[in-house]
Amino acid sequence: MENIQTSRRDFLKTTALTSFGLALGITAFSRDATVKKITPAILKLEINPFIIIDTAGNITIVNPRPDMGQGSTQAVPSLLAEELEVRLDQVKIIQSDGKGKYGNQTSGGSSSVRSLWEPIRKAGAAAREMLTETAAKRWNVPVSECIAKDGTIVHKPTGKSLTYGELADDASKLEIPKNPKLKDPKDFQILGKFNKRLDVPERVTGQAIYGIDIDIPGMVYASILHSPMVHGKVVSINDAETKKVKGVVKVLKTERTMPHRTSEAVAVIGTNYWAALKGRKALQVKWDNADYEKTLSTEKYFAETYEAAKKEGIRYEEKGDFSSKYNTAAKKLESHYETPFLAHAPIEPENAVVHVKEDGSIEIWAPVQGPDWALRDVCAYMKVEPEKVKINVTLLGGAFGRKAYHDFLLEACHLSKELKKPVKVVWTREDDISQGPYRPGMLSHMQGIVEEGKITGFHHHAIGESIMGQVFKGLKPDEADSWIGEELSVHNNKYNFSTASKISWTHVKTDIPIVWWRSVYASNFGWGQECFIDELAHLAATDPMKARMELIKDDRFQKVLETLSEKAAWGEKLAEGQGKGIAVFKSFDSISASCITVTKKDTGVKIDKVVTVIDCGYYVNPDNVKAQTEGNIVMGLTAAIKDGITFTNGVCDQSNFHQYNIMRLNEMPAIEIHIVDSGSTPGGVGEPGLPPIAPALGNAIFAATGKRMRKLPFDISNLG
Amino acid sequence: MAIYNLTVNNKKVKVDVEEDMPLLWVVRDFVGLKGTKFGCGMALCGACTVHLDGEPARSCQTPVSSVGKNTKITTIEGIGDAKLHAIQQAWIEEQVPQCGYCQSGQIMSAVALLKTNASPSDQDIDSAMSGNLCRCGTYDRIRKAIHRAANTIKVEEKGIGKM
Repeated sequence: MENIQTSRRDFLKTTALTSFGLALGITAFSRDATVKKITPAILKLEINPFIIIDTAGNITIVNPRPDMGQGSTQAVPSLLAEELEVRLDQVKIIQSDGKGKYGNQTSGGSSSVRSLWEPIRKAGAAAREMLTETAAKRWNVPVSECIAKDGTIVHKPTGKSLTYGELADDASKLEIPKNPKLKDPKDFQILGKFNKRLDVPERVTGQAIYGIDIDIPGMVYASILHSPMVHGKVVSINDAETKKVKGVVKVLKTERTMPHRTSEAVAVIGTNYWAALKGRKALQVKWDNADYEKTLSTEKYFAETYEAAKKEGIRYEEKGDFSSKYNTAAKKLESHYETPFLAHAPIEPENAVVHVKEDGSIEIWAPVQGPDWALRDVCAYMKVEPEKVKINVTLLGGAFGRKAYHDFLLEACHLSKELKKPVKVVWTREDDISQGPYRPGMLSHMQGIVEEGKITGFHHHAIGESIMGQVFKGLKPDEADSWIGEELSVHNNKYNFSTASKISWTHVKTDIPIVWWRSVYASNFGWGQECFIDELAHLAATDPMKARMELIKDDRFQKVLETLSEKAAWGEKLAEGQGKGIAVFKSFDSISASCITVTKKDTGVKIDKVVTVIDCGYYVNPDNVKAQTEGNIVMGLTAAIKDGITFTNGVCDQSNFHQYNIMRLNEMPAIEIHIVDSGSTPGGVGEPGLPPIAPALGNAIFAATGKRMRKLPFDISNLG
Repeated sequence: MAIYNLTVNNKKVKVDVEEDMPLLWVVRDFVGLKGTKFGCGMALCGACTVHLDGEPARSCQTPVSSVGKNTKITTIEGIGDAKLHAIQQAWIEEQVPQCGYCQSGQIMSAVALLKTNASPSDQDIDSAMSGNLCRCGTYDRIRKAIHRAANTIKVEEKGIGKM
C-alpha cells in the first residue's frame, strides 16, 4: 500500500482537489506491454497510471497517452468507465507528466489501446469491487445483492444507494484485489460501441488548446534560423536589418540537438511571434556546411541503395536455401521498389513553451507524443533530475511520429536557459518540411520464384538508413535491423513460400535526419512486398487474390481477404479502362487489406474507389477505427501520388505545401471501410490502414494500364 | 507601430502593431483569440481562414493595414452566437475532427459556402473546400457534414415558416 499512499500525496500536490478518496495504481495488473517498435531506454517504473475517486465523487484518470487526433482521450477513459460502471461523461481526464511512476506514456506504435486494454480495465474492475464491498459492509448485506451503476452502488432488494464519493474513503482502506473479475465482452456497454468523442465540441469552436496556443506571463517568442543544409556551423551573423524590426529584442546563436548530431542555429527573440519571424527573415548568416553541398543528396543515397542491392545483405530470416533455389529456378523474377523520404507535415508546426526558472526547475508546455521520452531527453540535455522538470502535455495538432522527436523542445530549453525567461519556439512550415526528421527513403530488392503456377520462393532485401541506427545508435555493422525484420518476417505476414524465402538487410547510411512516420517501415516495405506478390501472381498466371489466399495459412488473414473480396466485388466484370488492385499487410498486430479501383484517363488514371477491411481485434469505438482508417487512406494515397522529400547539393528541395503537396478534398475517391470482428486481442488502429494503400494503387494501375509502378511517388495524371 | 481599430466578432478592439503584421498574429497574439491557426504562412493550407465581411480570407496573408476599420472580422469563436452554428453541429454529428487543428479553417470555409449556396453539390464543395488541408484525412466526413448542415438549415427554415 506504500505506493498508493505516495501516489495520493503526489496527486494532491499536483491538483486542486481538497478531499480525497480512493486512488488506484495499476502496477499490479499491468503486463509487460511495451511497444516493441519504438521503445527507448526504459524509464524506471514506480507506479502506473492512476484512477482517482475523490469523496465528492469526481472520477479522474491520468491519461498516459497524449492525444494527437487518434482518440486516446476517448479510448483510455472508456476502458476505465466500462469496468468501473460509470458513464464516459463522469470521467475527468488529466494528462500524465512524464514521470516514471506513470510508466510508458508515448503515443506511438499504435500502442495505446493494445497496451492499456487489460491494465486499465482491471484497475476499473478492482475499484468497482472495492466500492461494492464497502457498500455491502456498510449496509450489512451480501455483496451479491449489490450492483454498480453510473457511479453508485445500489442494493437491489431495497433500492437504496450510495455514491462512489460516499464510499471512496472507506474503500481505499481495503486491499486491492489482485484478480478482479472482468466483464465478458458480450456484456460491454461502452467498449466496441459507437460513442461520440466528448472533446469534439471544443475542436469545432476554437476552444481546444494546442501547444501553439499556450501563453505564459513574461513569455518571449523565438523564431529560429536553421542551417540550410540540415547540419552546419555559424561562421558569422549580420543582424543589422533584424535589429531594425520593431519588437525584436535579441539575436543569439543557438543549437538544434538531434539524436545523431547537433547543428548550430540562430534565434531571433521578439516580444511577439511576427516580430521574431520577420527579424529572422532579415538575418544574414554565413554557414560552414562541412561540404554537405558536395556529399549529401538523395540521388546519391538512392544510387548507393541500388549498388547495395547487387550484393548479398545481412540475413535476418531464411527458410530453405533461397539463393541456390533462385539461381536454378526456371521461372523467376527480380524487381526493385523505391519509397522516398517523407515529411510528417502535421498542420500544427513544431512548437514548445519552456520556462527554465531561477531555482533551476523547468516547466514545459508542449505538444509532445510522449512526456516520458520528452522528460528523458530534457533531463539528459539540461543535466537536471526528473524531479526538477514539470511537463504539461497539450493537445497535438497532428504528429504522425514527428512530435516524439524533441529537437524543437530542446531548442526552447536552451533559449529559456540563456534568456532566463519563458520562451515560445514556433517552427515555420519551411522549418518543418525542409529540416526533417523524415521517414527514411528505402529500397526493396525483390526476388521471386514461380513453380507450376504458384509463387513458391520470395526474397525481400530491405536497404536503407535505419531508425534504430540513427535515432537510437543501436545497430552494429553486422546486425540486421530487427524492426524491419520483424515486420517482413513470414511470422508477421504469414506468407508461406513452399520452396524458400528470405529476408535480408543492408544498411545504407545518410546524415539526413530520420525518424518513424505513420506505420514506420511498413509504409516503406508494404510497397515492395505487395506489388511484387502481384507481379509474381501475374507471372504465375494466377489471380492476385487467389494467390494470396493460397499462400497465407491463417484464419484471420483469410477472413480479411474473403471480406475484401466480397465488399470490393473482386472478380466481377469491370468497366472499360478500369482496373482493381489489392494489397494486405499486418502491422501493429492488426491486419489491413485494401482494394483500389482506378480508371484510365488520358496519360494517367483516376482513383475511383478505395475499400479497406481491417481486423484490429477488440476495439473501443468502431467509428474511431473507421476515422483512423480513413486518415490512413488519405495519408497512404498522399504518400503514393504527391511529393517526396529530396535533397540536392545538401539542401532540401521542398519548403512548403506548394512543393510538398498533400491530398485535398476535391481529390478524394469514394471510400468504404469494413471492420472484421475477430474478437482477438486488441491490435493497433492508428497506423495499420496505411501500408496496403500504395501497393493496392500500384497493382490497380497495372491492372488498368499494364504499367508496373515501382518508384514512389508518381504523378497519377501522367504515368509516363 | 500604429493603432488599428478593428471589429472582431462584433466587438471593437484597438491594437498597436506593425502595419505589415498579418491579421492571423494580430487575432491570436494581440486580440487573444487562439482558435484561428497558423499552418503554412503562405495561404496554402487554409488553417488561418477567417471571414472579412462574411467572405473567407487567409489571415496569414492579410496585413492588418489592409483591413478597413469598418470591416467585420469573424473568427471561429464568432460564428456560433448563443448556440452552435449548423456547420459546427454537423461537424459533431459526423465526428469530423481528429486532431482538430485545421478544423477552424475548414469550418470557416464551410460556413461561407453555405451562406452563398444553401444546397451545395459535391462539385460546389470541392471548389469551396479544396484550399483547406487536413493532414489527418477527414475530407470524407467534411463533405458529409456540409451536406448534413445544408439539410438541417433547410429543415429549420421550413420549421419556422421562412420559405
